[in-house]
Amino acid sequence: MSRDRILAAIRNSQPERLPLPEKFSFESVFDDLPAQFAAVLATVGGQAVSVNDYAEIEAHLRTAYAGVTNIATTLPQLAHLSDVDLAAVTDPHGLAGLNLAVIEGQLGVAENAAIWLDERNLPHRALPMITQYLAIVVRRSDLVPNMHDAYRRLDVAATGFGTFLSGPSKTADIEQSLVVGAHGARGLVVYLLP
Amino acid sequence: MNVKRTTHPDASASFNRDEARVDWHDETLWFVRSKRDRAARLVPEWEDLREAASRIKDHVLSNMHDLLVQFEQNAVRNGIKVHWAADAAEHNAIVHGILQENGVRQMVKSKSMLTEECGLNEFLKEKGVDVIDSDLGERIVQMRGEPPSHIVLPAIHLKKADVGETFHQHLGTEAGATDPQYLTEAARQHLRETFLTRRVALTGVNFAIAETGGFVVCTNEGNADMGVHLADVHIACMGFEKLLPRTEHLGVFLRLLARSATGQPITTYSSHFYRPRPGQQMHLVVVDNGRSRQLGRPDFRNSLKCIRCAACLNTCPVYRRSGGHSYHSAVAGPIGSILAPNLDMSQNADLPFASTLCGSCSNVCPVKIDIHDQLYKWRQVLVQAGHTPAAKTVAMKTMATVLASPRLYKVAGQLGRKVLRLAPALAENRLNPWYQQREMPEAPKESFREWYARNRSEVRGQKSEKIEQ
Ligand code: SF4
Repeated sequence: MSRDRILAAIRNSQPERLPLPEKFSFESVFDDLPAQFAAVLATVGGQAVSVNDYAEIEAHLRTAYAGVTNIATTLPQLAHLSDVDLAAVTDPHGLAGLNLAVIEGQLGVAENAAIWLDERNLPHRALPMITQYLAIVVRRSDLVPNMHDAYRRLDVAATGFGTFLSGPSKTADIEQSLVVGAHGARGLVVYLLP
Repeated sequence: MNVKRTTHPDASASFNRDEARVDWHDETLWFVRSKRDRAARLVPEWEDLREAASRIKDHVLSNMHDLLVQFEQNAVRNGIKVHWAADAAEHNAIVHGILQENGVRQMVKSKSMLTEECGLNEFLKEKGVDVIDSDLGERIVQMRGEPPSHIVLPAIHLKKADVGETFHQHLGTEAGATDPQYLTEAARQHLRETFLTRRVALTGVNFAIAETGGFVVCTNEGNADMGVHLADVHIACMGFEKLLPRTEHLGVFLRLLARSATGQPITTYSSHFYRPRPGQQMHLVVVDNGRSRQLGRPDFRNSLKCIRCAACLNTCPVYRRSGGHSYHSAVAGPIGSILAPNLDMSQNADLPFASTLCGSCSNVCPVKIDIHDQLYKWRQVLVQAGHTPAAKTVAMKTMATVLASPRLYKVAGQLGRKVLRLAPALAENRLNPWYQQREMPEAPKESFREWYARNRSEVRGQKSEKIEQ
């Protein structure tokens, strides 16, 4: 069996055991986490909007996505804005026509504007990629400085799937020209709640 | 897998025929390298992160057997089916077997250098399976019937107009179109249709975690996610060296990877897979294909730390001026030149010589692989194994072809000008490889002889004056 042969070859080849380093986690110091997060998000093609409550999120959504239909949300506070009932979608292919998804993020990372989403936020794994536009609500108190902090705070293996999402999908595969909207969302707005 | 048998210098020579294009290629990659520098400088603990990454990998390499066993146990517990492939052929057969079991003849695939290494696309094509690469750059080169020329930027050797022409032919975009926005949109529409209709999706693996049995796949485009979340079957293929002991180690590697690759603070999607979706199958193919042999070579073992960020390609003066295809190997550039001879020493004996040993690669490598030292050591191994004569010639030719450029003369300044002024015959001699592919800068009208005859006494006078001061 290949498994045993490979493992035996590895056992024969690997050098004497070297210890793991003790220090592999570092501290990042930012004066203002939301400002840092917002600045980095802008550099990766997204937009951060500071809001005080869901009413302000709603007002922003109504202007930014005026006239848009096929909207889904996982947030009960914004349910009246949606015309797609995620609970009724059993197959992710049913999300193909989605224009806007408004979801909740568990944690944001100030150094790289990444937001952790897992199956607790996503009724379908495809949701944040298949939608044309994406909006994520994150609490300012859920911002951490860097990835070490993020992994310390999260149990990333709690559900079957999770992702750190930083900005809208993008590519520079044609002559290094940045184009936003490769295969995933074409735009990302992050609402920062107190 | 590109199995062209042209040597690196010959391939570089043809790449160097279009000088403007070589300059453009060179500058484009240097631009990516400078983005990496800016990103690294924003992280004060950058050097500590590199050290930590290197040491974590040291531990992984020295504990590979137990970590793999632990990983397998946890992955199986998560409902992932784990397969083991000793070589490329077995890897390809496993993937084909999964497709057959599911009665599927079409597959969408995101970027995986391992499947390039194994020649999976060609193999499946022969078996009548239609594979569509979903990374934009890979799709472009796939349509053109070319292999990727770079491990992160597969179509970096192409210009907008080339892509426009390819898309005009294959996707029916307007003839002559060069707007990247328009072309990307066309690819988006075409691939969306693919994502929505494929039942099997294959991805690579950036990191696998022994402690959880999960794995992480990083993309900017979202193509890996679009493929697998819409497919009934997810096949993930990884070289066994992708392993990390614990989740928290990902913090180190995700901070390094994208910054080193493109200067981004992180890829757009860093997706962590632990369990299949309800009703989905998740297969993971663990591949050796020479890796256990490399693990046993103390001088080259460290090459298995590579996280495929491509920083060493972007910074390499030889890669930048010879192009990825000249390396005739799935992984081009400095790291590819260390990995390739392990796979086939005689076919790849030229590659360790495709380097100036300037050490820039080792300086940027996020996991601190001693890349240029390993290239140097490979030369010695190859010499001992009897690959000397060809290899030696090859080295000379490579340097001559790749680095001969008017710009170098500018850099070399004085020296270059002196050679041209003092010994034009030497510079223009057809035997001088530096002269091939180039026009030499125009020589002054007055010949050296004439000038010397006229100025002899004057020069002598000045010289003696100077000496006397
Ligand atoms: S050898 Fe180092 S620099 Fe080169 S691709 Fe691998 S990790 Fe990146």
